[in-house]
Amino acid sequence: MSAINRHAVQQQVVIVGNKRVGAYHQILLNVGDVVKFCKPGNFVAIAVGGDSSRMILRRAFAISRVSENSQYGGTMELIVAPHGSGSKWLCSQVEGTEIDIVAPLGTAFGIPTEPINALLIGGGYGSAPLFGLADVLKSRGCKVDMLLGASVGSKIYAPMEGKRSVNSLRIYTEDGSMGETGRVTESLLDIISQRAIDVIYSCGPMAMLSAITSLVAETEVIHQCAVEESMACGIGICMTCVLPVKNADGSTSMLRSCIDGPVMDGSDVRWDLVGKVPEVAP
Amino acid sequence: MSIPVDLSTTLGNAWFPSPIFTASGCASSGKELAQFFPLKEIGAVVTKSVMSKPRHGRPTPRMAETPSGMLNSIGLQGPGIDAFLANDVPWLLEQKARVIVSIAGETIEEYSTLARKLRSVSGISAVEVNISCPNVENRGLVFACDPDASRRVIDGVRKTIGGELPIIAKLSPDVTDLPAIARGVVDAGADALALINTVLGMVINLDTMKPHLGGKTGGLSGPAIRPVAVRAIYQVHAALPQIPILGMGGVSSGRDALELILAGASGISVGTASFGNPSALITIQNELRDLLAARGFATMQQAVGYAHRDESP
Repeated sequence: MSAINRHAVQQQVVIVGNKRVGAYHQILLNVGDVVKFCKPGNFVAIAVGGDSSRMILRRAFAISRVSENSQYGGTMELIVAPHGSGSKWLCSQVEGTEIDIVAPLGTAFGIPTEPINALLIGGGYGSAPLFGLADVLKSRGCKVDMLLGASVGSKIYAPMEGKRSVNSLRIYTEDGSMGETGRVTESLLDIISQRAIDVIYSCGPMAMLSAITSLVAETEVIHQCAVEESMACGIGICMTCVLPVKNADGSTSMLRSCIDGPVMDGSDVRWDLVGKVPEVAP
Repeated sequence: MSIPVDLSTTLGNAWFPSPIFTASGCASSGKELAQFFPLKEIGAVVTKSVMSKPRHGRPTPRMAETPSGMLNSIGLQGPGIDAFLANDVPWLLEQKARVIVSIAGETIEEYSTLARKLRSVSGISAVEVNISCPNVENRGLVFACDPDASRRVIDGVRKTIGGELPIIAKLSPDVTDLPAIARGVVDAGADALALINTVLGMVINLDTMKPHLGGKTGGLSGPAIRPVAVRAIYQVHAALPQIPILGMGGVSSGRDALELILAGASGISVGTASFGNPSALITIQNELRDLLAARGFATMQQAVGYAHRDESP
Protein backbone atom coordinates (compact mmCIF):
# COMPACT_ATOMS: atom_id res chain seq x y z
CA MET A 1 0.00 0.00 0.00
CA SER A 2 1.15 3.50 -0.74
CA ALA A 3 1.32 6.35 1.78
CA ILE A 4 -0.50 8.72 -0.59
CA ASN A 5 -4.08 9.45 0.48
CA ARG A 6 -3.60 7.20 3.51
CA HIS A 7 -6.73 7.38 5.71
CA ALA A 8 -8.80 8.92 2.88
CA VAL A 9 -12.25 7.35 2.68
CA GLN A 10 -15.02 7.86 0.14
CA GLN A 11 -18.42 7.74 1.85
CA GLN A 12 -22.01 8.94 1.79
CA VAL A 13 -22.62 11.30 4.69
CA VAL A 14 -25.58 13.27 6.00
CA ILE A 15 -25.71 17.04 6.34
CA VAL A 16 -26.78 17.65 9.94
CA GLY A 17 -26.41 21.42 9.95
CA ASN A 18 -26.45 24.25 7.40
CA LYS A 19 -26.68 27.82 8.65
CA ARG A 20 -25.73 31.17 7.20
CA VAL A 21 -22.92 33.04 8.92
CA GLY A 22 -22.34 36.43 7.28
CA ALA A 23 -21.43 35.81 3.64
CA TYR A 24 -20.81 32.12 4.32
CA HIS A 25 -22.56 28.87 5.14
CA GLN A 26 -21.46 26.80 8.10
CA ILE A 27 -22.12 23.20 7.09
CA LEU A 28 -21.96 20.31 9.53
CA LEU A 29 -21.52 16.74 8.25
CA ASN A 30 -21.99 13.52 10.17
CA VAL A 31 -18.89 11.68 8.97
CA GLY A 32 -18.32 9.07 11.68
CA ASP A 33 -14.96 7.60 12.61
CA VAL A 34 -13.02 9.32 9.85
CA VAL A 35 -12.74 12.39 12.14
CA LYS A 36 -10.02 10.52 14.05
CA PHE A 37 -7.72 11.04 11.08
CA CYS A 38 -8.71 14.63 10.20
CA LYS A 39 -6.04 17.17 11.14
CA PRO A 40 -6.11 20.97 10.86
CA GLY A 41 -5.12 21.82 7.27
CA ASN A 42 -6.66 18.68 5.70
CA PHE A 43 -9.45 19.11 3.18
CA VAL A 44 -12.51 17.27 1.94
CA ALA A 45 -13.58 16.73 -1.70
CA ILE A 46 -17.33 16.74 -2.25
CA ALA A 47 -19.36 15.59 -5.27
CA VAL A 48 -21.83 18.34 -6.19
CA GLY A 49 -25.00 18.71 -8.20
CA GLY A 50 -26.62 15.32 -7.63
CA ASP A 51 -26.60 12.19 -9.79
CA SER A 52 -27.40 13.81 -13.14
CA SER A 53 -25.15 16.81 -12.55
CA ARG A 54 -23.25 18.33 -15.44
CA MET A 55 -20.60 19.26 -12.84
CA ILE A 56 -18.35 16.21 -13.03
CA LEU A 57 -15.61 17.33 -10.64
CA ARG A 58 -15.54 17.36 -6.87
CA ARG A 59 -15.18 20.62 -4.97
CA ALA A 60 -12.45 20.90 -2.35
CA PHE A 61 -13.11 22.58 1.00
CA ALA A 62 -10.81 23.06 3.97
CA ILE A 63 -12.03 21.16 7.02
CA SER A 64 -12.85 23.90 9.51
CA ARG A 65 -12.98 21.68 12.58
CA VAL A 66 -14.02 18.21 13.63
CA SER A 67 -15.66 16.85 16.76
CA GLU A 68 -15.39 13.24 17.86
CA ASN A 69 -18.32 13.25 20.23
CA SER A 70 -21.07 15.61 19.15
CA GLN A 71 -24.71 14.50 19.52
CA TYR A 72 -24.31 12.92 16.07
CA GLY A 73 -20.99 11.18 16.73
CA GLY A 74 -18.06 12.25 14.55
CA THR A 75 -18.85 15.52 12.78
CA MET A 76 -16.95 17.75 10.37
CA GLU A 77 -17.59 21.47 9.96
CA LEU A 78 -17.01 23.37 6.71
CA ILE A 79 -17.21 27.08 5.93
CA VAL A 80 -18.44 27.49 2.38
CA ALA A 81 -18.64 30.67 0.32
CA PRO A 82 -21.46 30.28 -2.22
CA HIS A 83 -19.46 31.67 -5.15
CA GLY A 84 -19.48 29.13 -7.98
CA SER A 85 -22.18 26.74 -9.11
CA GLY A 86 -20.76 23.86 -7.04
CA SER A 87 -20.52 25.72 -3.73
CA LYS A 88 -23.94 27.31 -4.32
CA TRP A 89 -25.41 23.83 -4.77
CA LEU A 90 -23.79 22.64 -1.55
CA CYS A 91 -25.05 25.68 0.39
CA SER A 92 -28.60 25.05 -0.88
CA GLN A 93 -28.73 21.49 0.48
CA VAL A 94 -31.02 21.07 3.48
CA GLU A 95 -30.29 19.16 6.66
CA GLY A 96 -30.83 15.44 6.12
CA THR A 97 -29.43 15.42 2.59
CA GLU A 98 -26.82 12.74 1.80
CA ILE A 99 -23.68 13.80 -0.01
CA ASP A 100 -20.61 11.93 -1.30
CA ILE A 101 -17.32 12.98 0.27
CA VAL A 102 -13.67 11.92 0.17
CA ALA A 103 -11.69 12.84 3.29
CA PRO A 104 -9.32 13.52 4.85
CA LEU A 105 -7.04 14.67 2.03
CA GLY A 106 -3.80 16.63 1.83
CA THR A 107 -1.11 17.66 4.30
CA ALA A 108 -1.79 19.13 7.74
CA PHE A 109 -0.35 22.06 9.67
CA GLY A 110 2.70 20.99 11.66
CA ILE A 111 1.96 21.05 15.39
CA PRO A 112 4.92 22.00 17.59
CA THR A 113 5.97 19.62 20.33
CA GLU A 114 6.76 22.54 22.67
CA PRO A 115 4.61 25.54 23.65
CA ILE A 116 5.36 28.34 21.16
CA ASN A 117 3.96 31.73 20.20
CA ALA A 118 1.78 31.17 17.15
CA LEU A 119 0.22 33.76 14.87
CA LEU A 120 -2.71 32.57 12.77
CA ILE A 121 -3.57 34.67 9.71
CA GLY A 122 -6.73 34.15 7.67
CA GLY A 123 -8.03 35.91 4.58
CA GLY A 124 -11.78 35.69 3.92
CA TYR A 125 -13.11 32.17 4.42
CA GLY A 126 -9.45 31.16 4.70
CA SER A 127 -9.95 31.57 8.43
CA ALA A 128 -12.06 28.39 8.43
CA PRO A 129 -9.33 25.84 9.28
CA LEU A 130 -7.58 28.22 11.68
CA PHE A 131 -10.10 27.89 14.53
CA GLY A 132 -9.70 24.11 14.62
CA LEU A 133 -5.94 24.65 14.51
CA ALA A 134 -6.17 27.19 17.36
CA ASP A 135 -7.90 24.58 19.56
CA VAL A 136 -5.10 22.09 18.96
CA LEU A 137 -2.35 24.68 19.54
CA LYS A 138 -4.00 25.86 22.77
CA SER A 139 -4.22 22.29 24.02
CA ARG A 140 -0.44 22.09 23.54
CA GLY A 141 0.08 25.18 25.67
CA CYS A 142 0.83 27.54 22.78
CA LYS A 143 -0.01 31.23 22.84
CA VAL A 144 -2.32 31.83 19.90
CA ASP A 145 -2.88 35.26 18.32
CA MET A 146 -5.03 35.68 15.24
CA LEU A 147 -5.32 38.22 12.44
CA LEU A 148 -8.27 38.05 10.05
CA GLY A 149 -8.70 40.13 6.93
CA ALA A 150 -11.24 40.53 4.14
CA SER A 151 -12.42 43.13 1.65
CA VAL A 152 -15.60 43.83 3.68
CA GLY A 153 -16.89 42.97 7.16
CA SER A 154 -19.45 40.41 5.93
CA LYS A 155 -16.58 38.32 4.57
CA ILE A 156 -14.88 38.00 7.95
CA TYR A 157 -15.55 34.58 9.41
CA ALA A 158 -15.04 34.71 13.17
CA PRO A 159 -17.57 32.70 15.17
CA MET A 160 -18.07 33.43 18.87
CA GLU A 161 -16.86 29.98 19.94
CA GLY A 162 -13.80 30.44 17.73
CA LYS A 163 -12.84 33.69 19.46
CA ARG A 164 -12.59 31.81 22.74
CA SER A 165 -9.82 29.59 21.40
CA VAL A 166 -7.42 32.48 20.71
CA ASN A 167 -5.56 34.84 23.05
CA SER A 168 -6.18 37.85 20.82
CA LEU A 169 -7.99 38.58 17.58
CA ARG A 170 -7.42 41.56 15.28
CA ILE A 171 -9.66 42.16 12.29
CA TYR A 172 -8.80 44.14 9.17
CA THR A 173 -11.10 45.13 6.32
CA GLU A 174 -10.10 46.97 3.19
CA ASP A 175 -13.17 49.23 3.34
CA GLY A 176 -12.96 49.72 7.12
CA SER A 177 -16.46 48.28 7.69
CA MET A 178 -15.11 46.05 10.49
CA GLY A 179 -12.01 46.30 12.66
CA GLU A 180 -9.05 48.26 11.35
CA THR A 181 -8.85 49.61 7.83
CA GLY A 182 -6.25 47.87 5.72
CA ARG A 183 -4.78 44.42 5.22
CA VAL A 184 -3.51 41.73 7.60
CA THR A 185 0.02 42.38 6.40
CA GLU A 186 -0.22 46.07 7.48
CA SER A 187 1.78 45.89 10.74
CA LEU A 188 2.82 42.25 10.58
CA LEU A 189 6.51 42.78 11.34
CA ASP A 190 5.68 44.88 14.43
CA ILE A 191 3.31 42.22 15.70
CA ILE A 192 5.92 39.52 15.12
CA SER A 193 8.56 41.33 17.16
CA GLN A 194 6.21 42.62 19.92
CA ARG A 195 4.74 39.19 20.52
CA ALA A 196 7.89 37.16 19.84
CA ILE A 197 6.10 35.04 17.24
CA ASP A 198 7.77 31.72 16.40
CA VAL A 199 5.42 30.32 13.77
CA ILE A 200 2.86 31.83 11.40
CA TYR A 201 0.04 29.63 10.16
CA SER A 202 -1.85 31.16 7.26
CA CYS A 203 -4.72 30.37 4.93
CA GLY A 204 -6.25 32.67 2.35
CA PRO A 205 -5.70 34.10 -1.12
CA MET A 206 -2.38 33.30 -2.79
CA ALA A 207 -1.42 37.00 -2.90
CA MET A 208 -1.74 37.17 0.89
CA LEU A 209 0.36 34.03 1.40
CA SER A 210 3.00 35.38 -0.95
CA ALA A 211 3.05 38.77 0.80
CA ILE A 212 3.46 37.14 4.23
CA THR A 213 6.31 34.99 2.90
CA SER A 214 8.26 38.01 1.66
CA LEU A 215 7.63 39.98 4.87
CA VAL A 216 9.00 37.21 7.10
CA ALA A 217 11.85 36.24 4.73
CA GLU A 218 14.43 38.15 6.79
CA THR A 219 13.12 36.89 10.14
CA GLU A 220 13.46 33.60 12.00
CA VAL A 221 9.71 33.03 11.79
CA ILE A 222 8.50 29.78 10.20
CA HIS A 223 5.58 30.30 7.82
CA GLN A 224 3.25 27.39 7.16
CA CYS A 225 0.57 28.28 4.63
CA ALA A 226 -2.38 26.43 3.16
CA VAL A 227 -2.32 27.12 -0.58
CA GLU A 228 -5.24 27.22 -2.97
CA GLU A 229 -4.89 26.15 -6.60
CA SER A 230 -7.76 24.92 -8.74
CA MET A 231 -7.86 21.15 -8.76
CA ALA A 232 -9.88 18.55 -10.64
CA CYS A 233 -9.47 15.46 -8.47
CA GLY A 234 -8.05 16.31 -5.03
CA ILE A 235 -6.32 12.92 -4.83
CA GLY A 236 -3.17 13.43 -6.90
CA ILE A 237 -4.10 11.87 -10.24
CA CYS A 238 -4.98 14.84 -12.45
CA MET A 239 -1.80 16.95 -12.10
CA THR A 240 -3.70 20.23 -12.53
CA CYS A 241 -3.10 21.84 -9.10
CA VAL A 242 0.69 22.06 -9.28
CA LEU A 243 2.83 24.78 -7.72
CA PRO A 244 6.53 25.50 -8.26
CA VAL A 245 8.34 24.41 -5.09
CA LYS A 246 12.05 24.60 -4.26
CA ASN A 247 13.94 21.34 -3.78
CA ALA A 248 16.80 20.88 -1.32
CA ASP A 249 19.30 21.12 -4.20
CA GLY A 250 17.92 24.48 -5.34
CA SER A 251 16.06 23.11 -8.35
CA THR A 252 12.30 23.54 -8.69
CA SER A 253 9.59 20.88 -8.94
CA MET A 254 5.96 21.30 -9.88
CA LEU A 255 4.28 19.74 -6.84
CA ARG A 256 0.62 18.87 -6.47
CA SER A 257 -1.09 21.12 -3.94
CA CYS A 258 -3.55 18.30 -3.16
CA ILE A 259 -1.06 15.71 -1.90
CA ASP A 260 2.14 17.71 -1.30
CA GLY A 261 -0.11 20.49 0.06
CA PRO A 262 -2.31 22.27 0.82
CA VAL A 263 -0.05 23.04 3.77
CA MET A 264 3.42 23.99 2.56
CA ASP A 265 6.35 25.93 3.97
CA GLY A 266 5.87 29.41 2.51
CA SER A 267 9.61 29.83 1.97
CA ASP A 268 9.68 26.71 -0.24
CA VAL A 269 7.08 28.00 -2.70
CA ARG A 270 8.47 29.87 -5.72
CA TRP A 271 5.75 32.52 -5.60
CA ASP A 272 7.41 34.38 -8.49
CA LEU A 273 6.89 31.33 -10.70
CA VAL A 274 3.24 30.59 -9.88
CA GLY A 275 1.44 30.51 -13.23
CA LYS A 276 4.74 30.07 -15.05
CA VAL A 277 6.97 27.13 -15.84
CA PRO A 278 10.43 26.89 -14.24
CA GLU A 279 12.94 28.02 -16.84
CA VAL A 280 15.53 25.30 -16.27
CA ALA A 281 14.82 21.63 -16.81
CA PRO A 282 14.61 19.80 -13.47
CA MET B 1 -28.13 -16.72 -10.21
CA SER B 2 -26.78 -17.16 -13.73
CA ILE B 3 -23.22 -18.15 -14.60
CA PRO B 4 -20.86 -15.22 -14.04
CA VAL B 5 -19.87 -13.36 -17.19
CA ASP B 6 -16.29 -13.92 -18.35
CA LEU B 7 -14.92 -10.37 -18.53
CA SER B 8 -11.46 -11.32 -19.78
CA THR B 9 -9.99 -9.68 -22.86
CA THR B 10 -6.85 -9.60 -24.97
CA LEU B 11 -4.91 -6.84 -26.70
CA GLY B 12 -2.40 -8.41 -29.06
CA ASN B 13 -0.87 -11.28 -27.11
CA ALA B 14 -1.59 -9.72 -23.71
CA TRP B 15 -4.41 -11.19 -21.61
CA PHE B 16 -6.35 -9.26 -18.98
CA PRO B 17 -8.95 -10.59 -16.53
CA SER B 18 -11.13 -7.51 -17.04
CA PRO B 19 -11.54 -4.98 -19.85
CA ILE B 20 -11.64 -2.04 -17.39
CA PHE B 21 -8.32 -0.14 -17.31
CA THR B 22 -7.23 3.23 -16.05
CA ALA B 23 -6.58 5.84 -18.76
CA SER B 24 -3.10 7.19 -19.23
CA GLY B 25 -2.73 10.58 -17.59
CA CYS B 26 -5.70 9.99 -15.29
CA ALA B 27 -4.21 7.67 -12.69
CA SER B 28 -0.61 8.87 -12.40
CA SER B 29 1.26 5.63 -11.68
CA GLY B 30 -1.44 4.04 -9.54
CA LYS B 31 -0.29 4.87 -6.01
CA GLU B 32 -2.94 7.54 -5.51
CA LEU B 33 -5.86 5.24 -6.40
CA ALA B 34 -4.53 2.26 -4.42
CA GLN B 35 -6.10 3.71 -1.26
CA PHE B 36 -9.55 3.30 -2.83
CA PHE B 37 -9.32 -0.19 -4.37
CA PRO B 38 -6.69 -2.92 -4.94
CA LEU B 39 -5.13 -2.23 -8.34
CA LYS B 40 -5.06 -5.94 -9.17
CA GLU B 41 -8.88 -5.96 -9.21
CA ILE B 42 -9.05 -4.04 -12.50
CA GLY B 43 -7.83 -5.11 -15.93
CA ALA B 44 -4.70 -2.97 -16.00
CA VAL B 45 -3.13 0.29 -14.92
CA VAL B 46 -2.18 2.40 -17.94
CA THR B 47 0.44 4.74 -16.58
CA LYS B 48 0.76 8.44 -17.38
CA SER B 49 2.65 8.99 -20.64
CA VAL B 50 6.33 9.19 -19.79
CA MET B 51 9.08 10.90 -21.78
CA SER B 52 12.84 10.44 -21.86
CA LYS B 53 13.59 13.30 -19.48
CA PRO B 54 11.82 14.79 -16.45
CA ARG B 55 9.40 17.48 -17.56
CA HIS B 56 7.62 20.37 -15.81
CA GLY B 57 4.62 20.53 -18.15
CA ARG B 58 2.56 23.63 -18.82
CA PRO B 59 1.83 26.63 -16.59
CA THR B 60 -1.28 26.85 -14.38
CA PRO B 61 -4.23 27.24 -14.62
CA ARG B 62 -4.23 23.74 -16.11
CA MET B 63 -7.89 22.95 -15.65
CA ALA B 64 -11.31 24.29 -16.56
CA GLU B 65 -14.55 22.48 -15.85
CA THR B 66 -17.00 22.58 -18.76
CA PRO B 67 -20.56 21.24 -19.04
CA SER B 68 -20.26 17.46 -18.43
CA GLY B 69 -16.55 17.66 -19.06
CA MET B 70 -13.29 19.41 -18.40
CA LEU B 71 -10.32 20.82 -20.22
CA ASN B 72 -6.83 19.89 -19.08
CA SER B 73 -3.57 21.37 -20.11
CA ILE B 74 -0.92 19.39 -18.24
CA GLY B 75 1.67 19.10 -20.99
CA LEU B 76 3.14 15.71 -20.08
CA GLN B 77 4.62 16.64 -16.69
CA GLY B 78 6.52 13.62 -15.43
CA PRO B 79 9.62 12.13 -13.83
CA GLY B 80 11.28 10.82 -17.00
CA ILE B 81 11.61 7.18 -18.04
CA ASP B 82 14.56 6.26 -15.80
CA ALA B 83 12.95 7.37 -12.53
CA PHE B 84 9.64 5.91 -13.67
CA LEU B 85 11.12 2.49 -14.38
CA ALA B 86 13.11 2.53 -11.14
CA ASN B 87 10.27 3.60 -8.83
CA ASP B 88 6.82 3.17 -10.31
CA VAL B 89 6.88 -0.05 -12.32
CA PRO B 90 8.35 -2.24 -9.52
CA TRP B 91 5.76 -0.87 -7.10
CA LEU B 92 2.88 -1.63 -9.50
CA LEU B 93 4.15 -5.17 -10.08
CA GLU B 94 4.41 -5.65 -6.32
CA GLN B 95 0.69 -4.84 -6.14
CA LYS B 96 0.14 -7.60 -8.73
CA ALA B 97 -1.32 -4.99 -11.06
CA ARG B 98 -1.06 -5.54 -14.80
CA VAL B 99 0.85 -2.63 -16.28
CA ILE B 100 0.60 -0.91 -19.63
CA VAL B 101 3.30 1.72 -19.97
CA SER B 102 2.38 4.79 -22.01
CA ILE B 103 5.24 6.59 -23.75
CA ALA B 104 5.40 10.00 -25.44
CA GLY B 105 8.19 11.65 -27.38
CA GLU B 106 9.02 14.88 -29.11
CA THR B 107 10.77 13.11 -31.96
CA ILE B 108 10.41 9.79 -33.75
CA GLU B 109 13.79 8.79 -32.28
CA GLU B 110 12.64 9.54 -28.73
CA TYR B 111 9.84 6.96 -29.05
CA SER B 112 12.33 4.32 -30.19
CA THR B 113 14.67 5.18 -27.33
CA LEU B 114 11.81 4.86 -24.83
CA ALA B 115 10.72 1.55 -26.32
CA ARG B 116 14.30 0.25 -26.07
CA LYS B 117 14.33 1.05 -22.33
CA LEU B 118 11.12 -0.95 -21.86
CA ARG B 119 12.67 -4.02 -23.46
CA SER B 120 14.78 -4.76 -20.44
CA VAL B 121 11.87 -4.49 -17.99
CA SER B 122 10.00 -7.68 -17.22
CA GLY B 123 6.38 -7.81 -16.12
CA ILE B 124 4.94 -5.13 -18.41
CA SER B 125 1.85 -6.26 -20.35
CA ALA B 126 1.92 -3.80 -23.25
CA VAL B 127 3.15 -0.39 -24.39
CA GLU B 128 0.82 2.44 -25.32
CA VAL B 129 2.42 4.79 -27.81
CA ASN B 130 0.83 8.18 -27.20
CA ILE B 131 1.21 10.04 -30.48
CA SER B 132 -1.80 12.24 -29.85
CA CYS B 133 -1.24 14.42 -26.78
CA PRO B 134 -2.90 17.74 -27.67
CA ASN B 135 -0.94 19.74 -25.09
CA VAL B 136 2.20 20.43 -27.03
CA GLU B 137 3.39 23.82 -28.17
CA ASN B 138 3.22 23.07 -31.86
CA ARG B 139 0.16 21.36 -33.31
CA GLY B 140 2.46 20.14 -36.06
CA LEU B 141 4.06 17.94 -33.40
CA VAL B 142 0.88 15.93 -32.84
CA PHE B 143 2.11 12.90 -34.78
CA ALA B 144 -1.36 11.36 -34.89
CA CYS B 145 -2.63 14.25 -37.04
CA ASP B 146 -0.15 13.30 -39.77
CA PRO B 147 -0.51 9.85 -41.38
CA ASP B 148 3.14 9.66 -42.38
CA ALA B 149 4.54 10.77 -38.99
CA SER B 150 2.20 8.33 -37.20
CA ARG B 151 3.45 5.44 -39.30
CA ARG B 152 7.08 6.35 -38.78
CA VAL B 153 6.73 6.53 -34.97
CA ILE B 154 5.06 3.12 -34.80
CA ASP B 155 7.55 1.67 -37.26
CA GLY B 156 10.42 2.80 -35.03
CA VAL B 157 8.81 1.30 -31.93
CA ARG B 158 8.02 -1.96 -33.75
CA LYS B 159 11.63 -2.33 -34.87
CA THR B 160 12.68 -2.04 -31.22
CA ILE B 161 10.14 -4.15 -29.36
CA GLY B 162 7.80 -5.57 -32.00
CA GLY B 163 6.79 -9.14 -31.19
CA GLU B 164 7.92 -8.80 -27.57
CA LEU B 165 5.30 -6.40 -26.23
CA PRO B 166 1.95 -5.56 -27.81
CA ILE B 167 2.06 -2.04 -29.27
CA ILE B 168 -1.05 0.09 -28.72
CA ALA B 169 -1.13 3.29 -30.79
CA LYS B 170 -3.14 6.07 -29.14
CA LEU B 171 -4.87 8.23 -31.72
CA SER B 172 -6.55 11.63 -31.80
CA PRO B 173 -10.16 12.13 -32.94
CA ASP B 174 -9.14 15.57 -34.26
CA VAL B 175 -8.47 14.35 -37.79
CA THR B 176 -10.47 14.24 -41.01
CA ASP B 177 -10.01 10.57 -41.82
CA LEU B 178 -9.42 8.53 -38.65
CA PRO B 179 -9.71 5.08 -40.33
CA ALA B 180 -6.91 6.08 -42.72
CA ILE B 181 -4.60 7.05 -39.82
CA ALA B 182 -5.56 3.85 -38.02
CA ARG B 183 -4.81 1.71 -41.08
CA GLY B 184 -1.44 3.41 -41.44
CA VAL B 185 -0.28 2.64 -37.89
CA VAL B 186 -1.59 -0.92 -38.10
CA ASP B 187 0.36 -1.43 -41.33
CA ALA B 188 3.42 -0.05 -39.51
CA GLY B 189 3.07 -2.64 -36.76
CA ALA B 190 0.57 -1.51 -34.14
CA ASP B 191 -1.12 -4.53 -32.53
CA ALA B 192 -3.98 -2.48 -31.09
CA LEU B 193 -5.38 1.06 -31.09
CA ALA B 194 -6.31 3.35 -28.20
CA LEU B 195 -9.26 5.58 -29.12
CA ILE B 196 -9.70 8.44 -28.30
CA ASN B 197 -7.32 10.97 -26.84
CA THR B 198 -8.89 14.24 -25.66
CA VAL B 199 -10.47 16.66 -28.10
CA LEU B 200 -8.71 20.01 -28.50
CA GLY B 201 -10.73 22.78 -26.87
CA MET B 202 -10.58 26.22 -25.29
CA VAL B 203 -12.27 28.34 -22.62
CA ILE B 204 -12.11 32.11 -22.37
CA ASN B 205 -12.30 33.63 -18.89
CA LEU B 206 -14.89 36.43 -18.77
CA ASP B 207 -13.13 38.22 -15.88
CA THR B 208 -9.75 38.49 -17.57
CA MET B 209 -11.28 38.27 -21.07
CA LYS B 210 -8.33 36.08 -22.04
CA PRO B 211 -7.86 32.34 -22.59
CA HIS B 212 -8.40 30.71 -19.19
CA LEU B 213 -5.74 27.99 -19.40
CA GLY B 214 -2.07 28.81 -19.01
CA GLY B 215 -1.43 26.80 -22.17
CA LYS B 216 -4.38 28.56 -23.88
CA THR B 217 -5.79 25.35 -25.39
CA GLY B 218 -6.49 22.08 -23.60
CA GLY B 219 -7.84 18.58 -24.07
CA LEU B 220 -11.57 18.10 -23.53
CA SER B 221 -12.53 14.93 -21.66
CA GLY B 222 -15.49 13.58 -19.74
CA PRO B 223 -19.05 12.58 -20.73
CA ALA B 224 -19.17 15.54 -23.14
CA ILE B 225 -16.92 13.68 -25.60
CA ARG B 226 -18.43 10.19 -25.25
CA PRO B 227 -20.40 10.35 -28.54
CA VAL B 228 -17.17 11.33 -30.32
CA ALA B 229 -15.50 8.25 -28.86
CA VAL B 230 -18.37 5.97 -29.84
CA ARG B 231 -18.24 7.32 -33.40
CA ALA B 232 -14.45 6.95 -33.64
CA ILE B 233 -14.47 3.38 -32.30
CA TYR B 234 -17.40 2.39 -34.51
CA GLN B 235 -15.71 3.81 -37.65
CA VAL B 236 -12.35 2.21 -36.97
CA HIS B 237 -13.81 -1.16 -35.95
CA ALA B 238 -15.81 -1.19 -39.20
CA ALA B 239 -12.65 -0.51 -41.19
CA LEU B 240 -10.33 -2.83 -39.22
CA PRO B 241 -12.49 -5.46 -37.48
CA GLN B 242 -9.52 -7.68 -36.58
CA ILE B 243 -7.64 -4.96 -34.67
CA PRO B 244 -8.43 -4.74 -30.95
CA ILE B 245 -9.38 -1.29 -29.72
CA LEU B 246 -8.81 0.10 -26.22
CA GLY B 247 -11.78 2.46 -26.09
CA MET B 248 -12.05 5.56 -23.95
CA GLY B 249 -13.76 8.93 -23.85
CA GLY B 250 -16.23 9.95 -21.16
CA VAL B 251 -16.94 6.51 -19.73
CA SER B 252 -18.38 6.99 -16.24
CA SER B 253 -20.77 4.05 -15.86
CA GLY B 254 -21.11 0.42 -16.87
CA ARG B 255 -23.66 1.55 -19.41
CA ASP B 256 -21.08 3.80 -21.07
CA ALA B 257 -18.47 1.02 -21.08
CA LEU B 258 -20.92 -1.35 -22.76
CA GLU B 259 -21.75 1.28 -25.37
CA LEU B 260 -18.07 1.53 -26.39
CA ILE B 261 -17.73 -2.28 -26.37
CA LEU B 262 -20.75 -2.65 -28.65
CA ALA B 263 -19.14 -0.08 -30.96
CA GLY B 264 -16.02 -2.25 -31.18
CA ALA B 265 -13.81 -1.75 -28.11
CA SER B 266 -12.13 -4.82 -26.54
CA GLY B 267 -10.99 -2.84 -23.52
CA ILE B 268 -12.15 0.34 -21.80
CA SER B 269 -9.99 3.01 -20.19
CA VAL B 270 -11.63 5.11 -17.50
CA GLY B 271 -10.05 8.51 -17.06
CA THR B 272 -11.87 11.65 -16.01
CA ALA B 273 -14.52 9.64 -14.12
CA SER B 274 -11.84 8.79 -11.52
CA PHE B 275 -11.35 12.49 -10.81
CA GLY B 276 -14.95 12.78 -9.62
CA ASN B 277 -15.17 9.29 -8.17
CA PRO B 278 -11.98 7.52 -7.01
CA SER B 279 -13.75 4.15 -7.00
CA ALA B 280 -15.29 4.63 -10.46
CA LEU B 281 -13.33 1.78 -12.06
CA ILE B 282 -14.71 -0.82 -9.65
CA THR B 283 -18.27 0.50 -9.94
CA ILE B 284 -18.06 0.49 -13.75
CA GLN B 285 -16.62 -3.04 -13.80
CA ASN B 286 -19.44 -4.37 -11.60
CA GLU B 287 -22.13 -2.57 -13.58
CA LEU B 288 -20.69 -3.84 -16.87
CA ARG B 289 -20.77 -7.44 -15.63
CA ASP B 290 -24.47 -7.08 -14.70
CA LEU B 291 -25.38 -5.37 -17.99
CA LEU B 292 -23.69 -8.10 -20.05
CA ALA B 293 -25.44 -10.81 -18.06
CA ALA B 294 -28.81 -9.08 -18.44
CA ARG B 295 -28.32 -9.15 -22.22
CA GLY B 296 -27.36 -12.80 -22.28
CA PHE B 297 -23.66 -12.43 -23.05
CA ALA B 298 -21.59 -15.23 -21.49
CA THR B 299 -18.37 -13.43 -22.29
CA MET B 300 -17.45 -9.79 -22.72
CA GLN B 301 -15.73 -10.67 -26.00
CA GLN B 302 -19.05 -11.70 -27.55
CA ALA B 303 -20.27 -8.13 -27.14
CA VAL B 304 -17.26 -6.52 -28.85
CA GLY B 305 -18.52 -4.82 -32.01
CA TYR B 306 -21.99 -6.32 -31.55
CA ALA B 307 -23.57 -3.09 -32.84
CA HIS B 308 -22.11 -3.89 -36.26
CA ARG B 309 -23.85 -7.26 -36.63
CA ASP B 310 -26.42 -6.20 -39.26
CA GLU B 311 -23.98 -4.21 -41.36
CA SER B 312 -23.43 -5.60 -44.84
CA PRO B 313 -19.88 -6.92 -45.18
